[in-house]
Amino acid sequence: MTMQAQSTSWSGWANPLGVGRKKLGMWLFLVSDALTFATLLICYSYFRVANEWPKPFEFSPGIVFSSLMTLVLLSSSLTMVFGVAAGHSGERKAAAKWLWLTALGGGAFVALHLTEWNHLIHEGVTPFSNPWGAPLFGATFFLITGLHMTHVVIGVVYLAILAAGFGAGKFDAEDVEVCGLYWHFVDLVWMFVFPLVYLLSVSA
Amino acid sequence: MQESNRALMIKVWIGLLVLTGIEVVLAYVQLGQGLTLTLLMGFSLVKAWMIIGYFMHLKFDRPALAWMLLPPFIACIVAMLAYLLPDGFRAGGA
Repeated sequence: MTMQAQSTSWSGWANPLGVGRKKLGMWLFLVSDALTFATLLICYSYFRVANEWPKPFEFSPGIVFSSLMTLVLLSSSLTMVFGVAAGHSGERKAAAKWLWLTALGGGAFVALHLTEWNHLIHEGVTPFSNPWGAPLFGATFFLITGLHMTHVVIGVVYLAILAAGFGAGKFDAEDVEVCGLYWHFVDLVWMFVFPLVYLLSVSA
Repeated sequence: MQESNRALMIKVWIGLLVLTGIEVVLAYVQLGQGLTLTLLMGFSLVKAWMIIGYFMHLKFDRPALAWMLLPPFIACIVAMLAYLLPDGFRAGGA
């Protein structure tokens, strides 16, 4: 039997999942990162069952404001898609432009989010207490949205480094795609944080 | 990008915005915590698949990749609902 016949697609130097190693690496990181967020959201949902949970968010301006943040983040995912596509067709300048635009969207999201945080802190919400009972409200709110915002900030830095380098001829199309996976994941997490943390806590 | 692909991605983006809009309306009309929660999670799962499948390209990758990556997500969502649904439907939960 020859080596050729013995080797399977799993025996090395093959590509059984049909994606590059960088892309596979990012996917595996994202699964583990999703478990981190899931842990926090599961804890949060347990705390909701175990306490009389406050519903402090007024529909306007609170929910309208966080809906605007959602719109900004979703739109930055679309510009990321265009950036990845431009990268694959070798249009480095166009890709860099889309990546900068995506970073701008991320920056806008962070600015809006910090405005909202500032507002809540002025209302007396801290990780240890808040005016509405259930002290864990502040702890879970700041931990979950804070970890998400940390991801967005890291994403903006990642995008800026990639945009500057890719426009200047460094990196390859897969690097842009990998960054895209990370960015869409940040968007994906928000698709659970937004309904669970905000929309379920609207004051009646 | 091929024009058809660009149009598809814009459609997905519009779909995500529409679903988000419906979610926000649900928060406004206050159908009761249990029903709202069920609908919100249903929409979120659809949105999650739109992002994972289209934006993150998983729908067009080899199925083995999705089979490897997705089971833990599903387990997490089931675990989360095990707590959230009793909260939503408990007596007096408006």
